[in-house]
Amino acid sequence: MRERWPLIIFAAVMVAVPSIPGMPPFWIVLLDNIGLSALVAMGLVLLTGVGGLTSFGQAAFVGFGAYTTAVLSANYGVSPWLTLPLSLLVAGGAAVLLGLVTVRLSGHYLPLGTLAWGLGLFYLFSKLAFLGRNDGISGIPPLSIGALKMLDPGTIYYAIWIAVLLSALLTMNLLDSRTGRAIRALRRGHVAAEAFGVYAPSAKLLVFIYAAVLAGLSGWLYAHFTRAVNPTPFGAQAGIEYLFVAVVGGAGYVWGGVLGAAIVVILKEVLQSYLPLLLHGEGQLETIVFGILLVALLQLAPTGLWPWLTSWLPLKPAGKKPNTSLTLPARERPTDMPDLLLQIDNARKQFGGVVAVNNVSFDVQAREIVALIGPNGAGKSTTFNLITGVLPATSGNISMLGRPIGKAPPQDVVKLGIARTFQHVKLVPDMTVLENVAIGAHLRGHAGALSSMIRLDRADEAKLLAEAARQIARVGLAEQMDQLAGSLSLGQQRIVEIARALCVDPVLLLLDEPAAGLRHMEKQRLAALLRELRAGGMSVLLVEHDMGFVMDLADRIVVLDFGTKIAEGTPAAIKTNPEVIKAYLGATA
Amino acid sequence: MNTTIMLFLLQDGITNGAIYALLGLALVLVFAVTRVILIPQGEFVTYGALTYASLAAGQMPGTAKLAFAMGLVAFAFDLYAARKSLHWQRIARAFALNVVFPGLVLAATVWAAGQRPPAGINLVLALLIVAAIGLSLYRVVFQPLAHTSVLVLLIASVGCHLALQGLGLLFFGAEGQRGPTLLNASAVLGPLRFTGQGMAVYGITIAFIVALWLFFGLTLYGKALRATAVNRLGARLVGIRTTLSGQIAFLLAATIGALSGILIVPITTLYYDSGFLIGLKGFVAAIIGGLVSYPLTAVAALLVGIVEAFSSFYASNFKEVIVFTLLIPVLVLRSLAAPAVEEEKD
Repeated sequence: MRERWPLIIFAAVMVAVPSIPGMPPFWIVLLDNIGLSALVAMGLVLLTGVGGLTSFGQAAFVGFGAYTTAVLSANYGVSPWLTLPLSLLVAGGAAVLLGLVTVRLSGHYLPLGTLAWGLGLFYLFSKLAFLGRNDGISGIPPLSIGALKMLDPGTIYYAIWIAVLLSALLTMNLLDSRTGRAIRALRRGHVAAEAFGVYAPSAKLLVFIYAAVLAGLSGWLYAHFTRAVNPTPFGAQAGIEYLFVAVVGGAGYVWGGVLGAAIVVILKEVLQSYLPLLLHGEGQLETIVFGILLVALLQLAPTGLWPWLTSWLPLKPAGKKPNTSLTLPARERPTDMPDLLLQIDNARKQFGGVVAVNNVSFDVQAREIVALIGPNGAGKSTTFNLITGVLPATSGNISMLGRPIGKAPPQDVVKLGIARTFQHVKLVPDMTVLENVAIGAHLRGHAGALSSMIRLDRADEAKLLAEAARQIARVGLAEQMDQLAGSLSLGQQRIVEIARALCVDPVLLLLDEPAAGLRHMEKQRLAALLRELRAGGMSVLLVEHDMGFVMDLADRIVVLDFGTKIAEGTPAAIKTNPEVIKAYLGATA
Repeated sequence: MNTTIMLFLLQDGITNGAIYALLGLALVLVFAVTRVILIPQGEFVTYGALTYASLAAGQMPGTAKLAFAMGLVAFAFDLYAARKSLHWQRIARAFALNVVFPGLVLAATVWAAGQRPPAGINLVLALLIVAAIGLSLYRVVFQPLAHTSVLVLLIASVGCHLALQGLGLLFFGAEGQRGPTLLNASAVLGPLRFTGQGMAVYGITIAFIVALWLFFGLTLYGKALRATAVNRLGARLVGIRTTLSGQIAFLLAATIGALSGILIVPITTLYYDSGFLIGLKGFVAAIIGGLVSYPLTAVAALLVGIVEAFSSFYASNFKEVIVFTLLIPVLVLRSLAAPAVEEEKD
């Protein structure tokens, strides 16, 4: 409840504002506009700042919302309250269609794609006869509750700000949940999230639809606020401006959207009224200042003004205290666990003419620690990527517990109980250690986006966090649980990755250079942990360069060189194997 | 549809397509070297065209002053960046590039504006003014952001577009302008009339495509520019001056943009904000070319021009809708063809 206080105070202030005596009506209009803009920006925060999908096309979704209610309520006399769900549905439906095409675009193609359909839709709005072409639609009825007609800016003010506050609340709830963590993990690339069962395309589509629905809501309110719509506010310029709002406020923060909207709307008003007096020029002077400010902001404060503002306030998020007595059901293991877990049979991976993994075969038995060693470029990490489904094998078979996984996507591989860490740490640096580790338990929770928004997910969520906290304590990082993952040393981040992998409740743990960057004592602790896991029935396959660590720990060692297996055996046998010595030290050694 | 109309539409499409090809090439060039998706390319087009038209009408274009002002800002940036190690040679170079060069251009423009000089001189002046603007734009906006992600650069690029378009309205007003033709000759072939202007468009486009292709494919310096795009740090480590590469790319892009503008302003009336749409069509072509291939971009640009010409004949209302919607299937194909295992860095 404590973290809700700022929100409650803010809501109280917003309720009180219109009744301040002597409040100029024009300021209320500005606040209405801020609210409308904040709704769209909040969607963009989720889409761009959190999910990493830049969209220049949000104005088009505002247009969908506004035109839906305009056509139905002005032309067909449908009640505005009935058109609300329809407006949201049309905006969301359009997002599904556009999103299916767009979110698959990679990198910079995506923002360009949104710019393209944003422009296309703008021209469509301005050319279609039933939308009134360039003149648009007028005579839209006001919102009304009983006899109260929301005709003036002072009454629709409440409708707008209730929508803003509710959306902010729902958005924050969503971000602080199982689905929210999956979304937040996407911005750093999808490989890590997918390794723990997140379906990146559907998570992306979800935020895309969410942002569009918020924009549609803003459009619905806008139509009943101005009571006339025309294509201009839904064009490319407006789409760019919404992105500007989100960037100014802080694209990674829900309240950044509101702050950005306030700054931009007020700034625009001030510029529009005073710049012409100052420069005696005609029109659009504010866009010049806008453009320059946008560039200056990117150079000086790329994360926006909200984080800068909050660093001055005494608002420190209280760390979560998971109740560790809650438990998740353990993975169902066959009672007669077979001895053979992972079998790799003639696996081959070619990148063009380069053979990274050349017909390698080996296996991992139950309760066994197997080390995969070899000089740099030997194909060790590629082998990991083949096992976990990040890369498809060119040929050969890989199976887990008798089931072929050679063609399976990463999400299916992790379901079979294979969890991994990465050679180059893939944590979300601006999430806490606890939240990062909880991503590992993604598949063990069930709450969806909707139930998270209205907090029906708390029981499920508490169990996930409890599991995460337990695994963090197990690897010895309980002290650092509430710190941001990015603030830890590289060695500690590797350990966090192990905790995240343990959250899967794996049968087989794949560790890619877990000891790199660890100090001597930390390495010993890690070795002790891995032995404990083996004693508990888990198998470990690890890639490691620290020979002392490997020789002490592993039951069996597989040596790769230039993609080919050159030896396999116990540590003692490997130490004296001439092939291995040759690969590591050269022929003359 | 009869053959004559079809030939007319084709000719129209190819002429427009050639302009889009020039712009597409400039976009590919800038992206390949600096990773900037150059939205303000359209402003280079309008600035070039309207500066040329203003000079021809005996007016003083505001762009010359802008070039000088941006030069001063760029010089201030250079001074600030070099505050810890003031090497006189470097300062002198920056001064010459950012202050003396636009200053001379401004002086020449002030002189020319009263004289109504021949079209050739106007053309050169317009190119120099826009080139100076392009150069300073890189120094002031993009060089400080050079290490950031493509997305940050893209947003900055949009900011530049807003500012420059607003300035365009300030300089040239809301009315459209046309400029005098460069070549007055014309030839008739069957039902088609080939104007000297049209031939100039084709000739210059082809020359640029071949030149850029050769420059990047065959010369060491072209390869150095490409290396900068792939890995700035790596390029610096092997001795490539990455800021110089960026400057050259922007200089070339601004010049190409201005030239395209000057080529079309005798054919169509241009307004202060026409450039954005023209530039975006160059984009559609550049993206079809994957932002890397010059010949493919040129072919795609011709295609865009032809699609536009035919859709303006059959469904003129939906011309823009069709052209921009064309981009989406292309983007999808591009993404599917290269599903890079990318890991965005902040």
